[in-house]
Amino acid sequence: MKGPALLAATVLALGLAWQGATAMGWLDPFTVPPPDEILASLPQLVTDEDLARRFATTFLEAFAAALLAVAVGVPLGLLLHRSRLAGAAFEPWVAGIAAAPLVLLYPLFLVLVGRNLGTIVLMGAVAGLPAMVLKTKEGFDGTRPVLLHVAKSYGFGGRQVFWKVLLPSAVPTLANGVRLALVFALINIVGVEFLVNFGGLGQLIADLSDRYELAAMYGAVLFVILVSTCFFVLTERVERWLRPA
Amino acid sequence: MAAAGLSRIAAVRLAAAVLLLAAWEAASWSGLFYRGVLPSVVQIGAALGGLLSDPAFWRHLGTTAMEVAGALAIGGSLGIAAGVLVGGGRLARRAYEPALHDLAPTPKIVFLPILIALFGVGPSSKVAMGALSCFFPVALSVASGMALVDPVHLRVARSFGLSRLRTLRSVHLPSLVRPMVTGLRLGLGVAVIGCLLSEIKLSNRGLGFLAIQFYGQFRIPEMYAVLIVVFALAGFGNLLFARIQPRGQAESKGETP
Repeated sequence: MKGPALLAATVLALGLAWQGATAMGWLDPFTVPPPDEILASLPQLVTDEDLARRFATTFLEAFAAALLAVAVGVPLGLLLHRSRLAGAAFEPWVAGIAAAPLVLLYPLFLVLVGRNLGTIVLMGAVAGLPAMVLKTKEGFDGTRPVLLHVAKSYGFGGRQVFWKVLLPSAVPTLANGVRLALVFALINIVGVEFLVNFGGLGQLIADLSDRYELAAMYGAVLFVILVSTCFFVLTERVERWLRPA
Repeated sequence: MAAAGLSRIAAVRLAAAVLLLAAWEAASWSGLFYRGVLPSVVQIGAALGGLLSDPAFWRHLGTTAMEVAGALAIGGSLGIAAGVLVGGGRLARRAYEPALHDLAPTPKIVFLPILIALFGVGPSSKVAMGALSCFFPVALSVASGMALVDPVHLRVARSFGLSRLRTLRSVHLPSLVRPMVTGLRLGLGVAVIGCLLSEIKLSNRGLGFLAIQFYGQFRIPEMYAVLIVVFALAGFGNLLFARIQPRGQAESKGETP
């Protein structure tokens, strides 16, 4: 219990120092508004800026993108698992793509799809796809050989082996892949929303900064960071719950 | 046998690459997409040649390279310092490591308006964005590296009566090289993203600016050429770090950007 208390104390101390620095005139309130102003702007975000709807938009986009990444990524990962040659040839490619700065491709999607929700969802899906492919392959590859032997000695057919042995043993890794796809999708979606000034939470920040509503903009940034942090923690919990002890 | 396997892999890869290029080319000629949106491979190649022979391109590349280097230097050293402090004590680790871990995958780009308010619209706000992105993977990697320092070494240091600073330098630092390199490698990737995205959003120089300028002028082959260069450079940087990474290093942790 001591750790979280220290963290809370640190955050509080930093906030007070920030407030104090503004009061002493060390920080310019027109570039860094004091915490009390930022907190005071939060209700305004809900009433005037449609925070709830934007929140829903962004998360629906992220879920749609992750769904797309799963729908495409799982079959691809399975293919890489099934064919040893394909796996050896393309797993390093997928790993390379996973490490590449994919979000920089968003102008390409702007050109292909236009400045709309499609671009945002596709961008999120592209960001989540490599992780899903890699985790699918890893999950199926990781099935313990002894389980496969047992299945074979019981005379299981290919389909039975898949549904009764391979898939159940891959579920924890697949869940990890789905979580990564969701996380990467959310990060990139908020980023692209901010960059193209369209959609949910990311656009709110771009909009507030264009209108120079500084306190509200800081508040919105705070909100986005808080919400995404909560989302990561939550998905991590779900994933841990799916993993056998 | 191994050589035959390798050449089969190479053949499959070559076939896939040719197929992808052919599919692109077919899509480009098919007329299914808005005209000019999917330029032919030949056009992109020509644009790439034109780009590489244009001195303005090299100026933009220089700007971006300087920004990324600055981001890596600032974000990297702050990340190492934070990692040492956070990983150094049990209470500090329990208090701050989860926070670092949870904050690491948040979308950093939303801080850009704040950084612009603080550092202006010039390259310094891009450096700040890159540094902020780079900070987290480095700090996380170093913090977990601090936890892995061999306790026997620490006991030896104590029995020799080494001061805290001396222990840090002679015991912790050598075993931190690995996590530092890993952290910086991940940090480089996100620093590139941070710098380029903020150039795309608001700037008048750098590769990100160049790409979005071409987009604005609907010079699509040139835009693709810039993206190709950016991806090639990012891949090259990643390979470089993979080279200097000490051997036997397990893969990274920490999700970015």
